Amino acid sequence: MTGVQQLAEKFALLKKRSEKALVTYITAGDPDMQTTGRLVLAMDRAGADIIELGVPFSDPSADGPVIQRASTRALRNHTNPAGILKLVEEVREKVKTPLVLMSYYNPILQYGLNAFCADAARAGVAGLIIPDLPVEEAGPLITEADKVGLALIPLAAPTSNRHRLAKITAAARGFIYCVTVTGITGTRQDVTGEIARLAGQVREFTDLPIVAGFGIATTDQAAAVARYCDGVVVGSALVRLVEEQGEDSLQSVAGLTRQLKGVLSSAQVQFGKNG
Amino acid sequence: MQPDSRGYFGAYGGTFVPETLMPALEELIEAYQKARQDDDFQREVEYYLHHYVGRPSPVYFAAALSRQIGGARIFLKREDLNHTGAHKINNTIGQLLLARRMGKQRIVAETGAGQHGVATATVAAMLGMKCVVYMGKEDTERQSLNVFRMRLLGAEVVEVCSGSGTLKDAMNEAMRDWVTNVRDTFYVIGSVAGPHPYPMMVRDFQAVIGREARRQMLEQTGALPHCVVACVGGGSNSMGIFHAFLEDADVKLVGVEAGGLGLSSGKHAAPLNAGRPGVLHGSYSYLVQDRYGQVTPVHSISAGLDYPGVGPEHSYLKDNGRVHYAVATDQEALAAFHLLCRTEGILPALESSHALSEAVKLAPQMESHQNILVCLSGRGDKDVHTVAREMGVDLG
Repeated sequence: MTGVQQLAEKFALLKKRSEKALVTYITAGDPDMQTTGRLVLAMDRAGADIIELGVPFSDPSADGPVIQRASTRALRNHTNPAGILKLVEEVREKVKTPLVLMSYYNPILQYGLNAFCADAARAGVAGLIIPDLPVEEAGPLITEADKVGLALIPLAAPTSNRHRLAKITAAARGFIYCVTVTGITGTRQDVTGEIARLAGQVREFTDLPIVAGFGIATTDQAAAVARYCDGVVVGSALVRLVEEQGEDSLQSVAGLTRQLKGVLSSAQVQFGKNG
Repeated sequence: MQPDSRGYFGAYGGTFVPETLMPALEELIEAYQKARQDDDFQREVEYYLHHYVGRPSPVYFAAALSRQIGGARIFLKREDLNHTGAHKINNTIGQLLLARRMGKQRIVAETGAGQHGVATATVAAMLGMKCVVYMGKEDTERQSLNVFRMRLLGAEVVEVCSGSGTLKDAMNEAMRDWVTNVRDTFYVIGSVAGPHPYPMMVRDFQAVIGREARRQMLEQTGALPHCVVACVGGGSNSMGIFHAFLEDADVKLVGVEAGGLGLSSGKHAAPLNAGRPGVLHGSYSYLVQDRYGQVTPVHSISAGLDYPGVGPEHSYLKDNGRVHYAVATDQEALAAFHLLCRTEGILPALESSHALSEAVKLAPQMESHQNILVCLSGRGDKDVHTVAREMGVDLG
């Protein structure tokens, strides 16, 4: 099954069950690759629907302090894309959730777009999220990703106008990642101010699932945001647990995952526009 | 040359930024294209460059230096005599006037040596705009005088501890601020780097250096120089002076990168000589990186050249061979610094000393009727602590 198919099947299943998707993020190689593998299994068992693995980059200019520090730790351990693909290959058979990679563009570009997409698809990666690759520059990577059925998942932002949303959604595969706030990753007080309008506008252009991320840390925030979309991403809140507890973070990461999935499966988030 | 509609100079350039910033870049491109064709805007820029910055800056024949070295005659384009002491203000005048036209009230900037930060804070003070400058922790320490100058000018200086605590990290942090406050904030990039339209726009604002110098050389020597030399960090003073000479095929253009402790030591800041193309800070260009695409730490004695990337137009000019890119090590730059102090009574910035060092190498291989034009991009007052430390002198 291709990555695009894995994601489509997952969202179809969620729709049938009237659930919203929980997408969890951790940085690969933080605190080490072995723990990352165990965290993936733990999140999968605890109910994560899609797991995002961050490929660490030396200059994560779209990330807040928590993920910046995680990237630094991971790079100190010599984490690299080939190692991450190897990990995905190893855990792929043991987990039910699609795995997507979040990476800045340069590590993929240096690997080689063609080689990276081929190796990622072979390892079982379902999709890619590249925060510094706007639709204008995405052409070459989309071409390579499409050849192997890997979903290049684009970001839409509160500042994106309708003209841009039309271009973004036209090039989208898998789902649309809507950024809840203008800013970088990391926890925030208010994450619902812009998402209703943005998700509504994106919906006018596409039937692909809409997932919201940036700043969502608590079950209350997840529930509030999920009303307007098909799923939420929680990243920095989980990475913070890994930062604090290292290899011993499995239980608390699984615990937060379970709580978040709990609210996303319940009735209270289902009466949004698309529920 | 002009980049294509997507901001590419040949294979280099583009707009590799988060979606959140794309509408702001589209707005900037449109505003800049209008301003470029607007005589009122151009007159306004010229007014401030003349009455506030003190342009045109002189071209000075460094007779004593030339005599001492022998060979070609060396001329200095005195950007160090501009208000705030470097070429950086040519660009900040342009960008802040543009920001004002666009109705943006808040300015953010990154700075390495502090010259761009000071130039931004200066013009922000003059135009009554709020200004935040991001500066790497290592740079705030080696350029503490400029930190204080910026604060005197009313700017908020934010010390950046992430990464290596130098210019690239300051740029990351400025981009994070911009992406967060994009609706009311204008990001004043200080070099010909970053996403389109910055490399083109900053080059246009700095091109005044070459336009003046070309005319001044014709007036003073009756001919174009045989060779134009400028240092290259991000590459704004060099693009600024080269631009007017690109079509003059007989004029040799030489950019000088920071060789640090030597290219073989790995401790340098010379992407064009020792890097390969990659994406950083919004554009595709030569980059100092490891095999996995991670940007690796760079080193230069000069904070303004301590940057792993370079403007995309330089990458284009390297590949097509129009510009030759040389390197000068820390020690060579220091030697040129001392030489200019002693022979001409001019204290050059350590950045500019890299260009001087190359001129000192080239001149003896040339004829006495040939002329070398060096872009003396800034003055070296900010660097006296660094130089003193290198000499083992404790200034307390």
